[in-house]
Amino acid sequence: MSSGKTSSAADAGLTHLAVSLRSVTKTYDNGVMALGPFDLTVRKGEFISLLGPSGCGKSTVLRLIAELSAPSSGIVRVARHEGEVLPGHGIGFVFQEPTLMPWTSVRENVRLPLRLAGVPKAEARGRADAALASVGLADFADAFPRELSGGMKMRVSLARALVTDPDILLMDEPFAALDEITRFRLNNDLLALWRSLGKTVIFVTHSVFESVYLSQRVVVMTARPGRIQADIRIETVEPRGEAFRTSAAYSDYCRKVSAALAPSYSGQSTL
Amino acid sequence: MNAQAPVTAKPRGAQRAMRFGLPVIVFAAGILAWELVVRIKDIPPYVLPAPSVIVLTLIKDWAVLSQSLATTLLTTLEGFAAASIGGIALALLFNQSKWVEYSLFPYAIVLQVTPVIAIAPLLLIYLEQQTAVVVCAFIVAFFPVLSNTTLGLNSVDRNLAGLFQLYGASKPQTLRFLKLPAALPYILGGLRIAGGLSLIGAVVAEIAAGTAGAGSGLAYRIAESGYRLNIPRMFAALLLLSLAGIVIYGVLALVSHLVLRRWHESALGKEN
Repeated sequence: MSSGKTSSAADAGLTHLAVSLRSVTKTYDNGVMALGPFDLTVRKGEFISLLGPSGCGKSTVLRLIAELSAPSSGIVRVARHEGEVLPGHGIGFVFQEPTLMPWTSVRENVRLPLRLAGVPKAEARGRADAALASVGLADFADAFPRELSGGMKMRVSLARALVTDPDILLMDEPFAALDEITRFRLNNDLLALWRSLGKTVIFVTHSVFESVYLSQRVVVMTARPGRIQADIRIETVEPRGEAFRTSAAYSDYCRKVSAALAPSYSGQSTL
Repeated sequence: MNAQAPVTAKPRGAQRAMRFGLPVIVFAAGILAWELVVRIKDIPPYVLPAPSVIVLTLIKDWAVLSQSLATTLLTTLEGFAAASIGGIALALLFNQSKWVEYSLFPYAIVLQVTPVIAIAPLLLIYLEQQTAVVVCAFIVAFFPVLSNTTLGLNSVDRNLAGLFQLYGASKPQTLRFLKLPAALPYILGGLRIAGGLSLIGAVVAEIAAGTAGAGSGLAYRIAESGYRLNIPRMFAALLLLSLAGIVIYGVLALVSHLVLRRWHESALGKEN
């Protein structure tokens, strides 16, 4: 329990790495071993997906990287940009639910991370509006979350994660609850944002198709306790678009990833 | 949704009219029957005064009764203020420290389950009457505020709490930007109950103090009029108490609605 460590990588000469996890395990208080041992390195600017069955510890990996929980053993390293003083500002987190504060406007929701960091109001408002514009919601700054559709709420959540200009974006099945058309559109918007902003994205999903479409690397995980089953590089002509989604190469990758994922489900006859 | 609106609008309008109209009709019919029974049977006012007599008494005795109403309302307000501040403050304290909560919460329950009418005579021995009456109102009213606020503070969305942790929010920041707003609907619900209860507490204490006390509240008037067999005045005072209770509830419900109308399900129409 106490041997786990989370530390900055700035001193370790791993400057090209955004995140590295080395033989990390996580055992919950009730004795359930959720993860590990788990090794993962993510380069700066990379878009990777963590793919696996429910309960395989995908979300746990994100929570460990975000320091929302501590590893039971092993080392978690997260690169910090220089001069970062405020905690969490190198990392943006998008939850499975939009997780907005219902009692205040969209703009205030997006401004929250800056407000907590004590950024002056005028500057924070400007940055919040810019973040909202980047996800196409400039006109909805004064709306309340309940007045928005599910897809729009998710965009607000994304804007909030981007408002601190983090280096790393952690996304925990962000589009799982959305309908397919909305999800496709958000997938494309996310790719466009990733290309223009150059952030490191770690994207958790249980959709083979989504993971292949979005990421440069798909990391397939085993059932609990989660370990790495396969690490598959997706190489295609960038920028990706709808043409890729219907290409033969896309189907091949999907088949390959599905095959890698199959053993993770083999023990679960109840499905 | 839009296509359905005209279809559902009419029944909803009719339902709305019935919701307000029916109680008024029942009320008018009841008053009329009461008036008729008293007149036809020629019941003397010291047994059962007719509604018209009660209204006349209310007008005739307005100087005395309005004075008593003011006294009771002031007591209620003081008890309510003490209960609101005390209940919310105690809930915040409980929320900050489990130790304090475990140490004190059972006593809050004991205070709540012990009937205030039984505590009032003791309080009247140890405290000055006006203070004792306010304390009674406080005892009755503070528990719903405390328990509702505690419930609200513990009902914060887990992911939102994680978000605040991720961005390194301090404890005061989490309280101000997350816990208090999340608890607001619960707090307002507690205050709504507390408003009515503090009136009950004030009345109970006034009755317990009885004619022996130097009080002049409405409940005291009721007790006093009872001894003097001034039944019309008893009814008039009762009417004022009932109206006071309705106004207190209405004001608090309105405040709650105005505060929550933009975001909370309870204050929204059924249009979605």
